[in-house]
Amino acid sequence: MTQMTSSTGGALQVAAAGDPTTIRSKRGIAARLTPWIFLAIPLALLITFTFVPVGNMIWYSFTSWNGINPTKPFVGLQNYVDIFTKPQYWQVFAVSLYYFAASFLQMALALYFATLLSFNTRFRNFFKGVLFFPYLLNGVAIGFVFLYFFQPNGTLDATLAAFGLGDQTQFWLGNPDLVNVSLAGTSVWRYTGLNFVLFLGAIQSISSEQYEAAELDGASKWQQFRYIIVPGIKRIISLSFILAIAGSLSVFEIPYIMTGGANGSATFVIETVQQAFVYRKVGLASALAVVLLLIVIVSTIIQRKIVPDEKVDL
Amino acid sequence: MRKLLPAVGKYTSLIVAVACTLLPLVVIVFVSLKTREEYATTTPLTPPENWLNFENFAIAFTDGDMLRAFTNTFFILLVSVTGTVLVGTMTAYALDRFEFRGKRVVFAAFLFATLVPGVTTQVATFRVVNTLGLFNTPWAAIVLFLGTDIIAIYIFVQFMQSIPKSLDEAAMLDGASKFAIYWRVILPLLKPAIATVVIIKGIAIYNEFYIPFLYMPSRDLGVISTSLFRFTGPFGTQWQVIGAGALIVIIPTLVIFLLLQRFIYSGITQGATK
Repeated sequence: MTQMTSSTGGALQVAAAGDPTTIRSKRGIAARLTPWIFLAIPLALLITFTFVPVGNMIWYSFTSWNGINPTKPFVGLQNYVDIFTKPQYWQVFAVSLYYFAASFLQMALALYFATLLSFNTRFRNFFKGVLFFPYLLNGVAIGFVFLYFFQPNGTLDATLAAFGLGDQTQFWLGNPDLVNVSLAGTSVWRYTGLNFVLFLGAIQSISSEQYEAAELDGASKWQQFRYIIVPGIKRIISLSFILAIAGSLSVFEIPYIMTGGANGSATFVIETVQQAFVYRKVGLASALAVVLLLIVIVSTIIQRKIVPDEKVDL
Repeated sequence: MRKLLPAVGKYTSLIVAVACTLLPLVVIVFVSLKTREEYATTTPLTPPENWLNFENFAIAFTDGDMLRAFTNTFFILLVSVTGTVLVGTMTAYALDRFEFRGKRVVFAAFLFATLVPGVTTQVATFRVVNTLGLFNTPWAAIVLFLGTDIIAIYIFVQFMQSIPKSLDEAAMLDGASKFAIYWRVILPLLKPAIATVVIIKGIAIYNEFYIPFLYMPSRDLGVISTSLFRFTGPFGTQWQVIGAGALIVIIPTLVIFLLLQRFIYSGITQGATK
């Protein structure tokens, strides 16, 4: 059967080669339309749920619309001026700094454990699985797990007491000076596994010949790390770094679920959602969202310039 | 001795890391198996008296409406994942296998979309969903999961580039239409990429909180994230029930992870580095 079809194919090929013009014109319009038929639904979705919202958002950001009224009074740059002059709004940038700092700790831990596990290790898969598992968990479940962890007389306090550090007990989520540290710590717990698996994958794609050659030359483990591993995973490290910028500005789930943004733990996205859906300041919320969008776009463009994509030429 | 010391350091740090990772979860297992009195009188680090006390799980499952939550989640998951695979492969097919006017513009449009983080645009997306009459229906979540998944398209395009074009040509010479080629040649060959997308999309939808929270506030439409989130009200400080609820959500993830470990690692790696 396969034999037969391929021979007919051969015959057709001869026919096509014999008379190319008729075939091209007959297929002309249909051929030109075909890709658009495949793209119709994807493009409709893309326009409806990405381009229309982005366009509207920019428009709303210059108005004082409350989300209900049919009129959207134009206020020029007023919303943007408010964001950058009223401490209430730019305070949310300061909150992002906690998460940004935490992402360095996260990357350092991930790199350390990825390096450890790239050498021969007993129970390797067990360690890898445990370190990665939190990343797969539902954010609401994580929020509850850590509410229980940080609550007075909760897991953390009990553990401190068990180690004789009972006097170190704090209001981990109630103290405005500590709340962001606790929440950023939760974020480290949740996301380290992702960085770790990405780093480990990159390290393992370095050919083992390089290590063998280094061993023969008498290179120490530190030298292997410094001169083989680090250059080999440069790309993924800088990618993670840029993702950390966008990530620390878009934090939402953990603080929203655990504190609702109370005690000065409101992040950029929490503030935006509250302005839009609680205080009905859609114009201001849109301006906040536009600012965030610009930061993310700029940092992503910088990343693509510094670390060009390896193969996708989409 | 010189060899022993680093090994001790290495395994000590690994064990500390495992303890830090598991402690918050293990104590949740403990509390979920405790009775109300036991919870009030013991510390979080005390194991439960009766390891087979599943009463809290029953309360969490029935009073927390978890059955409906799972049904809603799986309905949305099934439709969204199927749709993502179809929409993603169609886009990738059009972009990788055709030359047409406007192709660069379409490329640029999808590329721009990769830059827009979904969380930022919800203020305006909300109006669009509302105008379409999708607010408070499962379709709000479904169209948003479908319409904003650029990573899937990336994965499909990348994989499709490795499928030789000679296969398309051979099928075309056999008289197959472009649609037949897509359906019978390309789609079956994309299976590994489809598996990757199904895994990362499936996990993402199962865990999604923001979209259902914003667009499906009705109690009947609770998915697992939003239903679990509602535990804070009625169960207030009954941590034994809240803990059981959290575990009901976590256990399926654990099972899937143990079964599909290898695929999850490679899927997540592919999805995150795009």
